This record gives sequence, C-alpha cells and structure tokens, in this order.
Amino acid sequence: MKYTLSVLVENRPGVLTRIAGLFARRGYNIDSLTVGRSEDEHYSRMTIVVDGDQDIVEQVAKQLHKLIDVIKVNDITDIPHVERELVFVHVKGDSNNRGEIMDLLEIFRGRVVDLSKNSMIVETTGDCGKIDAFIAALAPYGIKEVVRTGKMGLIRGERRKN
Amino acid sequence: MNNENNIKYNGADIILKCLEEENVDVIFGYPGGSVLPLYDALYKNNNIRHILTRHEQGAGHAADGYARATGRTGVAFATSGPGATNLVTAIATAQMDSIPVVFITGQVARRYLGKQSFQESNIVDIVKPITKYSYQIKNVEELAIEIKKAFRIANTGRKGPVLIDVPKDITVDKTYFEYPIEVNFKPERWGENEHTYSMVAKMLSDSKKPLIFVGGGARDASDEVKKLAEKLKAPVIYSLMGKGVLSDKHPLNIGMIGMHGTGAANYAVHECDLMFAIGARFDDRATGDELNFAKNAKIIHLDIDKKEFNKIIRGDIHLHDDSAIGLFKLLKVMESEVFSHQTAWLRQIEAWQENHPLIYDKSGKIKPQEVIEAINTASEGRAFLTTDVGQHQMWAAQYYEASSGRHFMTSGGLGTMGFGLPSAVGAQMGLEDELVVSISGDGGIQMNSQEMMTVRANNLPIKIVLLNNSSLGMVRQWQKLFFEERYSHTLFKEDDQPNFVMLAQAYGIKARRISDRANLVEEMTEAFNEPGPQFIEVVVDNEENVFPMVPAGASNDRMIFE
Amino acid sequence: MKMTGAEALLKILEGYGIKHIFGYPGGAVLPLYDAILKNPKIQHVLVRNEQAGAHAAAAYGKYKGVAGVCIGTSGPGATNLVTGIANAYMDSIPLLAISGQVDSSFIGKDAFQEADITGITMPIVKQNYLVKDPKKLINVIYEAWHIANTGRKGPVLIDIPRNVFEATVDFEPRNEEIKIKGYKPTYEGHQSQIKKAIKLINSSIKPLLLVGGGVNFSKAEKEVGQIVDKFNIPMATTLMGIGTYDETKDMALGMIGMHGMPYANYAVHHCDLLIAVGTRFGDRATGLLSKFAKTAKIIHIDIDPAEIGKNVNADVPIVGDAKKILNDILEGLEVVERVEWLDKIKELKSRNKMTLHKTALNPQLIIKKLGEIARDDILVSTDVGQHQMFTAQYFKFSQANSLYTSGGLGTMGFGLPAAEGVALAAGGKKQVFCITGDGSFQMNMAEMATIVEHNLPVKILLLNNSSLCLVKQLQHFQCDRRYSEVSFTGNPDFSALAASYPNMTTYKIENEEDIEKVLRESMSHNGPSLIECITSDENIVYPIVPAKKGLEEMIGVEKW
Repeated sequence: MKYTLSVLVENRPGVLTRIAGLFARRGYNIDSLTVGRSEDEHYSRMTIVVDGDQDIVEQVAKQLHKLIDVIKVNDITDIPHVERELVFVHVKGDSNNRGEIMDLLEIFRGRVVDLSKNSMIVETTGDCGKIDAFIAALAPYGIKEVVRTGKMGLIRGERRKN
Repeated sequence: MNNENNIKYNGADIILKCLEEENVDVIFGYPGGSVLPLYDALYKNNNIRHILTRHEQGAGHAADGYARATGRTGVAFATSGPGATNLVTAIATAQMDSIPVVFITGQVARRYLGKQSFQESNIVDIVKPITKYSYQIKNVEELAIEIKKAFRIANTGRKGPVLIDVPKDITVDKTYFEYPIEVNFKPERWGENEHTYSMVAKMLSDSKKPLIFVGGGARDASDEVKKLAEKLKAPVIYSLMGKGVLSDKHPLNIGMIGMHGTGAANYAVHECDLMFAIGARFDDRATGDELNFAKNAKIIHLDIDKKEFNKIIRGDIHLHDDSAIGLFKLLKVMESEVFSHQTAWLRQIEAWQENHPLIYDKSGKIKPQEVIEAINTASEGRAFLTTDVGQHQMWAAQYYEASSGRHFMTSGGLGTMGFGLPSAVGAQMGLEDELVVSISGDGGIQMNSQEMMTVRANNLPIKIVLLNNSSLGMVRQWQKLFFEERYSHTLFKEDDQPNFVMLAQAYGIKARRISDRANLVEEMTEAFNEPGPQFIEVVVDNEENVFPMVPAGASNDRMIFE
Repeated sequence: MKMTGAEALLKILEGYGIKHIFGYPGGAVLPLYDAILKNPKIQHVLVRNEQAGAHAAAAYGKYKGVAGVCIGTSGPGATNLVTGIANAYMDSIPLLAISGQVDSSFIGKDAFQEADITGITMPIVKQNYLVKDPKKLINVIYEAWHIANTGRKGPVLIDIPRNVFEATVDFEPRNEEIKIKGYKPTYEGHQSQIKKAIKLINSSIKPLLLVGGGVNFSKAEKEVGQIVDKFNIPMATTLMGIGTYDETKDMALGMIGMHGMPYANYAVHHCDLLIAVGTRFGDRATGLLSKFAKTAKIIHIDIDPAEIGKNVNADVPIVGDAKKILNDILEGLEVVERVEWLDKIKELKSRNKMTLHKTALNPQLIIKKLGEIARDDILVSTDVGQHQMFTAQYFKFSQANSLYTSGGLGTMGFGLPAAEGVALAAGGKKQVFCITGDGSFQMNMAEMATIVEHNLPVKILLLNNSSLCLVKQLQHFQCDRRYSEVSFTGNPDFSALAASYPNMTTYKIENEEDIEKVLRESMSHNGPSLIECITSDENIVYPIVPAKKGLEEMIGVEKW
C-alpha cells in the first residue's frame, strides 16, 4: 500500500541527500518525493510517497524523525488532506487530431503550454489517479515524453496545528 | 547460450569465475564473517593467489600498488562493517590518483540490512564520493554482469576505484554462470578529429616558447610524449603524478613543477607562450596561484575526462581524448612537417637550470637527498619506487631518476601517509622479480608498519628504506616557515619512537641502520643485492627543509630557494 | 572576545571540561595545532594513525560520560577516522570528530588532501557539518556538542576548512541551553506506560531483566541493582550491558546471545516477562527473532523511539532515559517472592556450568584468573574475536562501565587505542588491561608508541593463537573445516616487537601455573607491558546459536 508522508525540514544543503540516503540505507522504496520552500524560508516541506506495509512506514517515519534536520514528520495517508500533482505531457499532435486532444484537455481541465508543428506540450494538475487517467487518455495519440512532479499534500483545516 | 553445461554455481564461485575471466591473478584481502563463502571458494581455487595482509587498509593500498605498477586492475577483498570501512582511505587514495581498483566487500545477509546488524555498515553510500561507481548486488543473477561492469568502469576512460558490495546470502545463492561479453553502462566517448590536431600542430609550430606539461594521465603515453618532445625540441615538465612519463634522465625533462618543483620548470611555466598539458588536472600543488599560472601562454589541454576542462585553468583548446591515442594522431599530422627549434628558448631554460640547480649541503648528518641519490646509484635505475607522504616524497620527486611512469608510485592527490609499504607489496606481486623499493619517513612507516609481516610471510624481496628524522618533517617545515618555529606535535623524542631496526627484526626482516655518510652507498648497494626483504634505516638530518618552495597560494615564479 | 576559529574551538572544549584530545597534525589543521600549542589546559595526545585517535577518543568519552574529541587533517587524516566513527555510531558512543578541510575556496576542486568527508560519513554519524562560514563556527560547535552528548549519544563530525580555523571570530562563552528545532530527545517516560509496566512486573511470575548498553550510558546501575536485589528479578545483559550488575552474584546470568551464557539464553526462553532496558535487540543478542522470548510479554525501555518495534515488538514500550524510568518503576514495584522461578534460575545455572577447554594454556582460564585477581580494580578493553567472547563469558565483571569493547561494528584493532583512551580518562589511577588476539593486535599495534610516550598503565594481554580463530571457528562449522586465509603463515615475534618500544616491559605466560604469578607481577608496576600467551588455535567459543535458530537451540551445551 502507498503511504504519504509530509515532512518539514531545515532548508540547508545536504538535507535531501541525508533523506535519500536514509531511504536507500534501510532499503525503503520512494515512490515520489517533492520538495520546496515552506511558509518560513528557513524550512522546506517535502511530500514523500512510500510503498510498503504499515511496519515499514512506521520505521521510515521514526528514522526520518531521528535526523536532526527533520523537524516534523506526519503520516497524512489517513488524515483528510488535499493532494495534487502536476504533469507535462509532450504528445504528438498535428492539425488532424489537435481538436480531439483539445477536447480531452477540456475534460481534464488541462491546457496547452507549448505548440509546435507536429507535437504539443500539455499540462494538468490533479490527484495521482487523475494524472494516470490523463496520460492514459493521451496515449493513443503517441506520447513522446512525460514529466510528473510527484504528489504534494497538505492536511486540511486546523488539524495541522495540534 | 552456453551456460557451462547447465551447472549452477553459488555467488562466491561466480565472483571468482568472473575474476578469472578478467585474468586476475592476485587478490589482496582479509577474511571475516560476511565473506566466509567467498573465502571458502578461494580455498578451492588454484588459479588466483590471495595475499593476506594484516589490516584491510594494507590490502587496499596493495591492490592500488599492483595497479600502478602493472596498469592492470587491482582487486581487494574485505568483510562487512569494519573491514569495509578500513578500506576507505585506500579507496579515496585510488580515486584521487585515478587508479583502477575493484574492491569487493562482504555485506550482512539481505534480511539483516538496515537494522544496524552485527558488522553492518552502509559502505556503498560511504564510498559514493570517493569511487567511480559503487553498488550493492541485489540478487545472484546480476552478479556476473555487475562485476564485468565494475572492471569496465574501473579500467576505461579516466580510471578509478569501483566498489561492489555483496550480501552474504547472495554468495550462497546459486545460478548459472555466464560471463557477459559486453555490458551496458553510460558510455564515455572521446576522440578528436584530425582537423583539430592540425590546428594544434599549427599552434605548436607557431610557438616560440613551447612547453609540454605531463601529468598522471600521460602515463600510458610515454613513447608519444618522447617523440613529440624530441620532434619539437620542447622542454617537458611534470606534475608529481607525471614523474617518469619522460625519463628523468632525458635532457628535455626539466623537472617537476609546483610547490616543490625545480627552478627551471616553474620559471618556464611563467615564461612559456604555449603550454601543452597532457593528462594533468592542474592540482593546486602544481599550479600555485592559478591566476598567475602560465599567464603568458596559450594552453592546450588534452584530457580523457572532460570535467577537468576549465575546472581550475581555462584552456584555449580542449582535446577530449585518450593521451596516447591523441598524441599518436597529432604526431601523424606533424609527420611531414619540419619544426624550427627554438634555440633561444632552450638557452633560457639552460640558464635557469644553471642558476637554480637542486642543491643541498653535504656536511654534518646524512642529508635525506643523499639517500635518494644513493638509491639511484644502488639500484642502477632499476628500482620501482613507492613512497609515503612528506618531505621524503618531495625529495624523491626531485632527486629520484625514474625511467618510466611506473617506476615512481606515490599518493599524489590524497597525500596518504602509510601508502608506501603496502603499495610496495602490491607492486612486488605485480612485478615479480623486479627490484621494488619503498621509502618512508618515521611518521608514515608507523601508519601501516604491520604490513612488514605481509612482506616477510610472502618473502617479498622489497627493500624498505626508512628516512628517520624523528619528526613529521613536512609539517615541521611549515611550522618553521609560517608559524615562527612553534613545533606543535611534530617532533618525536627518542623515547616516543620504537627502535625501528629491532621492530623490523621482530618480523624476521633483515635490518640495518646507517648513520655514517661514508657507508651510505655501499650499505645501500649491499642491501639491494641481498635476496629477500631488507630494512634499511638511515638516520638523517632533521633540520633539512625541502627547497625550492612556492608558498601556498603564491605564483610559481615566487619560489624560495633556501 | 576576538580570537581565531581554532582558538574558539579549544575555548569551547575547555569550557566543557575536556582535558585531552587525540589527533595527528597535517597541513589543513596547522592553525589548530598552533592554537593547541598555546593552550595550557588541553593536552593533545599524538597518536600514530588517526584511526587509533578516533578509537581512543571514543573510549575516553565512554569512560567520562561525555564526548571524547579526535582530530584528523583533511584527506587521508579524515578518511582514517571513518572506522572509528562507524564504530562509535554502532555503539552509540558520544564522539566529537574534528576534521581539517582544504581552504574553502578549494573545496570541490580535488585539491591536495581534499576528501568529501561529510558525504563519506553521512551514513555513520548522528550529525555532521561542513563549516564554510566562520560566523557559523561557534554555533555549530555548541550544537554538535549538544547532539553528541544528549539523547541516544553518538558521533558528530565537524569539517573545518583551514581558512575558517584562521578566521577571526567573536567568541562569548554560552551557558544557555542549546535549542535545535528538529531535535528534542525524550527523557521522561510516559506515566501511563510506566504504570502499565509496573502492573506487568508485579503480576509476573517469571520476570527477567535484560540490560543493554543504554544502562551504562545512563548510569542506572544502582537502579538495576535495586530491581534485582529487592524485587527478586534475575538479570541478564547484552555484550554492551556487561558490568551493570556484579556478574559473580547468583541473580546475574551474564550475557545472552549467539555466544551467550547457556543459562542466560534459557532464561530468555523461559521467562514470562522480559524487561529490556537500553538495548536495541541486535541480531547477535536475539538469535532468530520469531523465537525470541516467545512466551514472554516484553517491556522495552529505550531513549531512541526508532528502536521501539524495530526488531522486537514490545507489549509496553517506554521511550526515555533508563535511569529516570527505572526510578519511576521502582516506586511502584511490590516485593514478590518468586521462589519457584529463582529455584529454576539456580538450577539452570548449576546444570549449565561453562566448562573450560582442555587445550594447553587455556585462554578461558587466563581470563577467568585475571577476573578473580583484579575485577574490582582494573578496567578492561578487548579487541574482536574469540578472546572478546571469552572475556564476556569468563571475566565476570563487577563494575559498571569497566568493559570497553566494539559490539556493533566488531572492529578489530579497537582494543589497544581504547585502552590508551581509557587510561588517560581514568587519570592513570586505574590499570587498563587490553585483552587482544594476534590478528586484532596487528591492526593498531603502532599505538604502543603513544602508550610508552605517555607511560600509560596499559597491560596488553595478548592471546596469541597464530590465527583468526573466530573466523576459523566459523569455517570449522560452515565450510567443513576448509580453513581459508585464517592461519597466519608468519607472525612477528611479539615480545621482541614490543621490546623495540622503549620502556615497554614484556612477559610471557608459558603454562597454567604461571598465569597468576605473571599477571600479578605485571600489575605490580604501573608502566605499560605486554604479556604474551601462546594459546591453541583449536579452541572454540561455545555455546553457539546457529544462524536462523532461536537462543534455546544453541549447541555445545548440555541439552536442557
């Protein structure tokens, strides 16, 4: 099963290496990891998706917490939270089928970010399921490249402050 | 598909089979719990010799020495945990000097990984910054492929150390053995075309004051360097790692550059109008103040590793090529051309050589420089020399007459004290009957003195020369010059040091002490001519300093001569 | 106060009461060594290899209860520290490692003697720092010290470029508590968990106290003594927990595990409650996890929350400091007689007496005798191998923190530098026996120079069997007696070798009658000595819990 951890860390060099190293060292598999600056410039917030069983995820959380640079670890899997992922898909598309692709974009609330003669780059955001579906829907047209940010998540409401 | 008659082998056997495929004839190592199956396989193997060192660091340096002496990939084994961590200094040493060594470490069984199990350490991550590649084997099926890959990576392109970590249970698991013919890994590509080399030839022919600068990367291009230098009648200078690429006896070889380089070499750098750097990475000890380095010259930089271009010195032309192949192509382009010799430039060089020769005062106690010269005489230029780190290393670089790049082995980049003795063990194993001499100071020899037992147990005829000045002389020299003679923890009192002759004798090694100048050459010659290992302690003047010296960070033409 | 970074470092260490630091000079640490020379309060001990410095500092710190300090220059000096740091990490020993680094303007350019030591040590430190900005140096040193010495202790490395040592910094001694946002160790146990534990203990018929290294660090030996003596609870230890309770007493069962005392292993198997304190349930202690203490409920007390449930699932986990929690528990304990259980323990002990091998000059006997003569007076360090296990089994330690050994990493070569560090930490007041084998001793024997230089009361008890006998023993069982590369085809003449060091006295024990006489003679003077004993390479450490077996399935003992 997949678990989502929200991790607040010090914003300083080497922190990402430490976290990646920890996962490698303990043999845990990272599904995705996103990181960026948080509300406070001294800290970054990471969203890490881990594949494993309950025991493994508990160990991951504990080991993460042990790192001095890690301030807070939340397993948000079962806590109400919002999650989004951004994807760019570089898809083949010329004047013949561009219309169909535009229709698809409408359904997925996506948009075109770059256009060339025989292909286009489109984007959308959503939960991971939607992103998977979006890519699947575009597949028949011929996908050249895909880049996904990985999931980012935040707990809903006031719960985060406890 | 030929799976050797469908016989399954365990991982340990597969490792040895792979090593046989790579023509490995000797391994340096130390056993332990996690490598039990591997050592069991070794027990049954008649084709590969194992040299049991007395510390894993010794094994690592020995494999490195083997590689330096032969050009072939060295191999070292160690067990998990402390066995693996004990290799770290040796790995870092090989990495800094681009030496091909494959390290195979045992690891706890997969089910114990990540639990701080007994003798578990995450060696793959530990050595990431100091290897070309490090990898933990995931299953027995990929073992042969990864070992093939390890050897390919270690000994191609810019060479370097590779570590393969094998969990114990994988060495017991069985599978079919098939050694892959080729493996996929991110290929390194290099090679410049004829047109580029024509341009280089033109630059060389236009130059009034050309200078060839060779580094460790030119070690396999000795012949080509010699041909090029002779064709151009251009002086050749070297970095510490490039010593011997052009024989030290060659008249065009004007010595080492850098902090303790010769006057002529350092002035030539400053004055040349064209520098052709071959396989040199412009280390800070060689370049001094990089802004003033060869500031009147155009720089042609030939290197197999493109990361080196513009890293420290901006080159005008970058030749991304193997040094031997590149020079071969260049020589071919130049074949028909006739080069006018720059006699004024050569006269200038000669003048510098005359005005700033390497000199020392031969009075009082034996001078360390004399010991190096005695080694030259006693060995008749045959010695493959390994050094430790410190003053004696620099004197060896200045005074030792190396006849090829492989005749001088030293820890250049990392500057590892304790390298000399164990690397000589590896060199001797690789060179069989050749004369191998290790020189150390009294600080360095104590770092790995236990390897005297490896020397004795295998009856390796290494001549161990100790220059005893009862101090950490290089650090002492810095304290003398830059810290107003405040000698903090660099001088040994007599009672703080072992009696080295007795120490060597405790290992069953024939030992002598020389303290009289009159006997130096004679005793050294006698020791060199005796069979088996010999320990030669020379009591030298402890106040001698290495000159010339460019103060750290200063321009190379700002040498101090005394 | 304006001073250099190097001077500030020493000032801070001085403030923490550091008397000795262990190191080796080199180019990048020149400014530090210049400051050391001018500092009258801290004595620098010049080791002969940085690896030895790290081990010595770790042992020094373990004795003192606060971090020892070691120094290596950049490049090889720093990489030579790696094994010592990994060793301290595995055994949770507080250690402050200072490495010099090349000038910050050279970093990343493969400069002379440059190594990325913070990258290298990342997996084996509690925390590490590369200080590029002199303004941050002081803060980092305070933070590093705090992290090394609190919570679950461990090694911290500070990598300091030469120009940062030289830079002028503004130093004011700091007394306020160090606060780090991501680091707040728990010391107080959770009260409701403690109540649950008390209830479990009071209702237990067959409780067993299992003590690990955390108890030595927390200095909770008094509390352990009270629990055992007043409340009729027998105790066993892991290798790292040895010494927390007098092992000569009836209630002490000794070490559990792969080579544990048979009765200790059986007790784990039979108990109905295991009170585990300050132990991480290492694989060498537990044997096959699914069979470990199968019939028992488990209370697990540890300062590191990540240890809870890592290897063994506890019924009552309590995170916090062992001493505090044991004190809390003691308040609620009731005296329960447990006659049957204690009789059973007695019976276990009497039926599983450890018998000495019949080999010539038995190493077990030498260690046993040393224990009998000196256990209340001396400190002991060991290397790794058979002698280490024999020491754990036969010495019978009576004082807390009197055994210095490499448990987790199993580092050969730890013994001699550790003895050096402990001897300095004890201020020369106690003699330190380094029990070692010929394989381990060769790994760091150059430290004899440091030991004679400081005339330390270190006695090297060398059990020389001319082989790597613990590995040989494994080959005996696992490889059908194919002994590969474990018998030394040559060994130095160790007595002659030791004699090449000035002021090193040498002794030989040649037969059993000599053991006591020679040991006493060596102890009659305070200087360093080497006592060589030629022993057989046929000894085997029993009992053995084979791989993938439970503790009670050990071989080499009478079947229960």
